Amino acid sequence: MHSHISLRTYTIIFVSLLVLTGLTVLASRLPLGAAHMPVGLIIASTKAMLVILFFMHVIHSDKVTWLYALGGVYWLFILIGLTMADYLSRPVSINKSHETITRPVTR
Amino acid sequence: MSHATISSPLAHHFDDLEQQHGAANLGMWTFLVTEVMIFGGLFASYAVYRSLFPEAFEAASDKLLWWLATINTVVLLSSSFTMVLAVHGAQVGNRKFLVNGLLATIALGILFLGLKFYEYQVDYLEGLIPIPGWFSGEHFHVPPDDPLFLGHVRLFMVLYFVMTGLHAVHMIIGMGILGWLVFKARRGAYTPEHHPQVELVGLYWHFVDVVWIFLFPLLYLSGGGL
Repeated sequence: MHSHISLRTYTIIFVSLLVLTGLTVLASRLPLGAAHMPVGLIIASTKAMLVILFFMHVIHSDKVTWLYALGGVYWLFILIGLTMADYLSRPVSINKSHETITRPVTR
Repeated sequence: MSHATISSPLAHHFDDLEQQHGAANLGMWTFLVTEVMIFGGLFASYAVYRSLFPEAFEAASDKLLWWLATINTVVLLSSSFTMVLAVHGAQVGNRKFLVNGLLATIALGILFLGLKFYEYQVDYLEGLIPIPGWFSGEHFHVPPDDPLFLGHVRLFMVLYFVMTGLHAVHMIIGMGILGWLVFKARRGAYTPEHHPQVELVGLYWHFVDVVWIFLFPLLYLSGGGL
């Protein structure tokens, strides 16, 4: 459970996180159109990986901790990935759901 | 302090402290994976409705204060940094480092929530809160062929408030526990050999940080741009 990560490493990770935050804000101001979402998610995943591996010490943890961390990612993939596979592969039903799952706004 | 030597931190059902710490660590990870599922459901909802109504979601995202969220991202990342410094202090037995790190983390948490509260207030004044009577679509350009557009904008705002609200609740709970750690750390409850509570609360705090790392681009940065 004890990690052997130095203050120097922590500082490098922290600075990297700040640089990546700057990058993602910069990218969001560029005219990337539909690419905003994937670019934002790739940078966010990189930041999350740095926090999980170093700040949460997973990189020096035993195999069971790795299994739990990867298990969380895997179940998240099932939850979001397979749900989206369903929605994105049935364009006809989406058009129908457009009518049924929303109600007109009354203000 | 003969009492301290008598009451060893080792619980009787563990062979040694290493095994005990491993079990505590795994318990925390189990909890965090269930937390991933709670937030995961919200992220999945966001993914579904964004794919169904991309124009309304982008228009609503553009109305949020991205620069304030950027400041808050830096504040929260800094609080994770002070948290690892506190854990490091506990590991090397530096009590001043530990207590100051915990206090700095709490202070940054308060700053984050203060800015978030200000942001909610701006959202209210802008008529973005999706409650009848509070919501106003006057700032939105509604496409003539999409009569449900403002309803989808409200859907985005519901997700925004539930996601950031649940995240804020997690921070408030975390800050309460951090305060308890400060209290215990000041009384010398943690040694380099045994400080599992500091390590576990650190894991929790970083997890809350990771949630925000994903909320930030999804809610604030993935609009249509300027």
